[in-house]
Amino acid sequence: MDIIRGIFKKSFVPGLISLILLVLLATLPVYGSAYNVILLTAILMYVIITVSWVIFSGPTGYISLAPAAFFGVGIYTMAILGKTLPLLSVVVIAGLITFILAFLVGALTLRLRGIYFAIFTFGLVVLIQQLLLFWEINITGTRGRFVVLIDNTTIYYVMLGIFVVLMLTTYFIRRSKYGLALQSIGENEEAAAHMGVNVTLVKVITFAISAIFMGAAGAIMATRWTYIDPYVAFSPLYSFLPVLMAIFGGMGQLYGPVLGAAIFAYLEEILITKFPYYYMLTFGIILVVVILYLPNGLVGLVQKWRKGGKAEQHANT
Amino acid sequence: MLVTILNILIAGLLMGGIYALIAMGLSLQYGVARVLNISHGEFLMLGAFITWMLYTAFGINPLVSLAIVGPIIFIIGFALHRTLFRSLQTSSPSPGVFEGRSLLAAFGVLFIIQNIALAIWGADLRAYSYLARGVNLAGAVFAANRLVSLLFAIVIGVVFYLFLVRTRLGKAIRAAAQDPAAAGLMGVNINQVLALCFGLGALMAGLAGTLISMWYPINATMGLGYTIIALIVVALGGMGSIPGSFIGGFLLGLIGSIVTYIQPGLALAAYYLLFMLLLLVRPTGIMGK
Repeated sequence: MDIIRGIFKKSFVPGLISLILLVLLATLPVYGSAYNVILLTAILMYVIITVSWVIFSGPTGYISLAPAAFFGVGIYTMAILGKTLPLLSVVVIAGLITFILAFLVGALTLRLRGIYFAIFTFGLVVLIQQLLLFWEINITGTRGRFVVLIDNTTIYYVMLGIFVVLMLTTYFIRRSKYGLALQSIGENEEAAAHMGVNVTLVKVITFAISAIFMGAAGAIMATRWTYIDPYVAFSPLYSFLPVLMAIFGGMGQLYGPVLGAAIFAYLEEILITKFPYYYMLTFGIILVVVILYLPNGLVGLVQKWRKGGKAEQHANT
Repeated sequence: MLVTILNILIAGLLMGGIYALIAMGLSLQYGVARVLNISHGEFLMLGAFITWMLYTAFGINPLVSLAIVGPIIFIIGFALHRTLFRSLQTSSPSPGVFEGRSLLAAFGVLFIIQNIALAIWGADLRAYSYLARGVNLAGAVFAANRLVSLLFAIVIGVVFYLFLVRTRLGKAIRAAAQDPAAAGLMGVNINQVLALCFGLGALMAGLAGTLISMWYPINATMGLGYTIIALIVVALGGMGSIPGSFIGGFLLGLIGSIVTYIQPGLALAAYYLLFMLLLLVRPTGIMGK
């Protein structure tokens, strides 16, 4: 009984906060302005890409720079199928296509370690971008495509839906035996294999699952942008930003990447509107300062503040 | 037919010379200082713009600029390592953590340098005309500035290699690459050597920038493309292998030139395809162990 009560007590407060937040988010179009809905859509998009990046790269320590590739594939799925199929089915198809793509890429590359994996996944982004550009210019005869128009509230709700499914998936992966296996791969891959973890399978499946959400988010975001071309859809920035946002938030806790992405996305919005010319400069300075003085992210800061000096030793592990 | 082949060959070597220099610089920074410097191409951009400014404002010969750009970029790189990366190194609990953090810090440096350059020089393409007359090589005509650039790239590459192999300081650098802790015990001032490597790596990029500005239009956002190429070459030649980077650079230049001849739109895609295939077949590179 004590254990059950303990679990209940432990997850009651975060659960309640999540529920209140969800209700607030779900009713936003009722009380918020049109601008707020658009802003929240952009923030949710970054949160989705960042959290899904953390599902795989957080515990395993493999730095994947493929998010832009999966996100872009989602965007193009919508651009091609959006006019003929209903919205939600295109989002699901985009998720499935990215799942298959990520599965193949993962099966092929996950034996590469460290920096090689990072460069390879980044290469994937540029490779798809360049091949697509070549195809569009030489075969289709145009450079960009127009995407079907959807009203902003619908886009917002689909994005919110993806976000909720993602958070539940992340939560259950972290809680399961499977999450533990991932963690052990990150700590010592060989030892994990000796303990009976099917290392390759776990890595490839997780990589593919994390890609689903990036593809789905890309598909719905495409309708918000209305016009796309390979450079917009496969911008390397969508590979780098999730990494930065995750580090900024801190990866130790579930709320870290969410917080990091939300604050960063909001900051981006403010900086772009207030200082359009110095936005990237400010961004760079913030990045360097965060790495220097806040290497464990906001989570590290919170833990330090809560536990005093004791967190210092744990924060780095 | 022969002229076409010669044309492709020399065009490939011209680009390859630049690739070789930046890759050697990156290889030194990653192989010894353990910083995967994603802002590497920005030093090339700085070198190119300083040369352009010196030429258009003061009429200074780009080849003389090599001697001006080199020290400036070296000092920037050296100072950057002494302040930013050194302090990251002390605060990181393990080499793996340091690698991740320094990669992200380098991203920050990239944004900072690029946007300062954009604020100073704007986003336009810049070019100047230096030694722009044709030279006939067995039927194929090349601009003299490109040939001079190739010559200097080879000379700089070879001098750099000899410096690493023949001098005492070069030996200290190689020792630090193999085992920093043991090198420190043998009396190598390890912090000094690491900063030196980072500065030298930046210097190589700066010199490549000076050379490329002689025959190619430059702009403030050109850096990242060269960083990516340098990464590919370094992986191609084997991480940390300086001769590997030198040869790999020329190899990639040749491949790019052949693909550009067949289908210009696919050069970058071909680089990646080659690189990805190579990673899968031989993850340690052509000269790697």
